[in-house]
Amino acid sequence: MTTETMSNHDAHADEHEHHDAGGIKIFGFWVYLMSDLVIFGSLFATYAVLMKGTAGGPTGADIFELPLILISTFLLLFSSFTYGMAVLAMNANRVTQLKAWLGITFLLGAGFIGLELYEFQHLIHLGYGPDRSAFLSSFFTLVGTHGLHVFFGLVWLLVMLVQLQTKGLNDMTRPRIMCLSLFWHFLDIVWICVFSFVYLMGVL
Amino acid sequence: MFGKLSIDAIPFHDPIIMVVAVAMAIGGIALIGAITYFRKWKWLWTEWFTSVDHKKLGIMYFIVALVMLIRGFADAIMMRTQLAMASAGAEGYLPPDHYDQIFTAHGVIMIFFVAMPMVIGLMNLVVPLQIGARDVAYPFLNNLSFWLFAAGAILVNISLVVGEFAKTGWLAYAPLSGIEYSPGVGVDYWIWALQISGIGTTLTGINFFVTILKMRTKGMTMFRMPIFTWTSLCANVLIIASFPILTATIALLTLDRYFGMHFFTNDFGGNMMMYVNLIWAWGHPEVYILILPAFGVFSEVIATFARKRLFGYGTMVWATVAITILSFIVWLHHFFTMGAGANVNAFFGIMTMIIAIPTGVKVFNWLFTMFRGRLEFTSPVLWTLGFIITFTLGGMTGVMLAIPGANFVLHNSLFVIAHFHNVIIGGVLFGMLAGLTYWFPKAFGFTLNEKWGKRSFWCWLIGFYLAFMPLYVLSFFGAVRRMQSYDTAEWQPWMLLAWVGAVIILFGIICTVIQFYVSIRDRKQNQDVSGDPWDARTLEWSTSSPAPFYNFAHLPNVSGIDTFWAQKQAGAKTVSEGPYQDIHMPRNTVAGPIISLFALILGFALVWHIWWLAAVGAIGTFVSFLARVFNDDIDYYVPASEVERIEREHKERLEMQA
Ligand code: HEM
Ligand SMILES: [Cu+2]
Repeated sequence: MTTETMSNHDAHADEHEHHDAGGIKIFGFWVYLMSDLVIFGSLFATYAVLMKGTAGGPTGADIFELPLILISTFLLLFSSFTYGMAVLAMNANRVTQLKAWLGITFLLGAGFIGLELYEFQHLIHLGYGPDRSAFLSSFFTLVGTHGLHVFFGLVWLLVMLVQLQTKGLNDMTRPRIMCLSLFWHFLDIVWICVFSFVYLMGVL
Repeated sequence: MFGKLSIDAIPFHDPIIMVVAVAMAIGGIALIGAITYFRKWKWLWTEWFTSVDHKKLGIMYFIVALVMLIRGFADAIMMRTQLAMASAGAEGYLPPDHYDQIFTAHGVIMIFFVAMPMVIGLMNLVVPLQIGARDVAYPFLNNLSFWLFAAGAILVNISLVVGEFAKTGWLAYAPLSGIEYSPGVGVDYWIWALQISGIGTTLTGINFFVTILKMRTKGMTMFRMPIFTWTSLCANVLIIASFPILTATIALLTLDRYFGMHFFTNDFGGNMMMYVNLIWAWGHPEVYILILPAFGVFSEVIATFARKRLFGYGTMVWATVAITILSFIVWLHHFFTMGAGANVNAFFGIMTMIIAIPTGVKVFNWLFTMFRGRLEFTSPVLWTLGFIITFTLGGMTGVMLAIPGANFVLHNSLFVIAHFHNVIIGGVLFGMLAGLTYWFPKAFGFTLNEKWGKRSFWCWLIGFYLAFMPLYVLSFFGAVRRMQSYDTAEWQPWMLLAWVGAVIILFGIICTVIQFYVSIRDRKQNQDVSGDPWDARTLEWSTSSPAPFYNFAHLPNVSGIDTFWAQKQAGAKTVSEGPYQDIHMPRNTVAGPIISLFALILGFALVWHIWWLAAVGAIGTFVSFLARVFNDDIDYYVPASEVERIEREHKERLEMQA
């Protein structure tokens, strides 16, 4: 919304007929996340069914490197914290701080993706690619789908940084930053499930 | 350069396909020529293709659905003709290879590109009006959903001429649909057509869920919502919860086919029964996505034409909610023969039978609404009566199928085919045709011709019974589904009878086409000036026909169920009065069609393994989406003077008529 339509909007603020557009966006995005959760649910179920289908190949205990995963877990957890700081900065209307926190979040997320790519590349190099067994197919797909989401989150972060630069904080960018916040924390929660259910239980 | 695509992909050797292709080409060129000749491109683009008006999108959904119904029916009558011929050693005219594509295409088209767009189209047209809203929650996404759906439909039609379609049956069971047993591009067409349109459907689900929860007008509490809105709400909950399962399942099959993974393969630890479980975990909710809104239509039609408040509004709502929940815990009834064990089968059998209870509640509610009402036998009412009888029958054969012991005999037989056509034609299709007739004036400002509508109904009803009752009989003789020819000569009379039924259905479709022609020709006589041609009860009838693009000059105020009816009874004035205010509306969008065009290119390229084109499609999709994200100019205000002009014209027309 341009400032012009904004002021126009204010002129009608007394009118009951307006729905709270920002709130509706965030609510809708939350509903979308629930549908995304169903995708992850399907992938978790698939993993549970195929976990034992190693077809003579390696099991989780053979290939998971917990220290590495622990590092990436902390990167992601910490990035949720920094995103939280970004939202606090936004609520206080401190745009520079907001951008800085978003930037740090981006770097942490990029670090996470980097480690994941390293892990995947390493496994494929050893001959344990996703076509080796049903277990590996479901492992790569579950973890990779989460990674793909994080990657889109990074792209979105970049877009928001650009928009904050060009448009500043307004009725359009605010709800978007809130939606991305939901998205980012959501991915964190999914990752905690991946970490406990796939990696921890895998090496147990 | 062109991946797997070469000139051989076009089936020049197959006369049937070539005739169809030439006919399609001629038709297409004629259409494009006509649009160009009448200089209608700009109008089409600005008024329709880029429109975010939910009413226009609803109309476009319906147009695509009706065109695809003809395509799906052409497949059906080809199958019936084949089976009428291919008896006792005769081969018929369709080789197995082609026949398999036809039943797959028929099933896919009828479910995804006929029934779904009819349901979603009606939801688009009606729900915002019923809840007193000016638009849906996300108008741009609504346009995008439509075009993604259209891209999927186009992809299916391309497969007719370029390459082939899947030969796997409409749900593409693995491992048959895996790369080993289906090395061709048919399954890939299936994958990308459903994936692209399915994403559109998920967006629609979210959009209407939020619309119904957040955009209702003043006083419209949940338990004052019209039943069609309630059933749509539940259908959207089902979409949100189940379509992602379909998306995931198809994605896994894609990974198997494109990257040699082993989700559903026979070897390397894959599990093909997992495919069947996943696909039906979506598939069963899907049938309720289709039928619940149809139930909603019948509820509106019966209450309107019986001139009575719907009997048992509360029980109707709770029955709908109960069905919504139960529909997620019955999926295994589609494969009792998997061998999950007696206890598992018993659980799913009983759960399935329990669904009959809320459904029965609904049937009695409809009956009691008619009881002592002054039922007017219009064509929507005829469709409803036909539905009540036919659907009850289909429901009973469904309960029979839900008995695991009986199911072991009936599984994969023509009994299943007869059963689901019984509920899907008698339920969904009758419902959508009733809804089309009922709400047509709201969309276009004139009513449909009743004579041809009734003729269509009788043809469909009689044709349906003739076409599908023989299949129940045949199933007791042991006839299986997806059968291209058979040895037993005794079956042929029944097959011929079924063919006659299909021909009568064809007459029903022709009647509908004539109905459109006659109604458009006589639109002046059938004009609906009042906006309320049926003397109906719900809010959509309180505005003019066709509804102005902003729906309501003032958002209505609701104080109970059927407030509009109560107002009319009290003799309150139902036309709008000034002073008017500026109205906030969304702008049209070019992003929807463009994003979807790139998605279509992406899908086509992936089918044929043309990787550079796939990159073009993917980047194009992303960049056009980004362009939309950076566009600030997405809404505007309709000045009060403009609202006043439109409302004044409506009032003048009303006075002229009076
Ligand atoms: C209009 C009249 C229709 C006729 C004459 C008709 C006829 C048929 C026939 C002959 C088959 C193949 C049966 C077999 O496997 O032996 C079939 C399958 C099927 N039909 Fe219809 N049909 C009609 C309408 C519909 C509608 C409206 C829908 C759904 C909205 C539908 C959905 C299906 C599905 C899903 C299959 C299963 C395809 C498969 O085996 O994979 N049909 N139909
Ligand atoms: Cu089912």
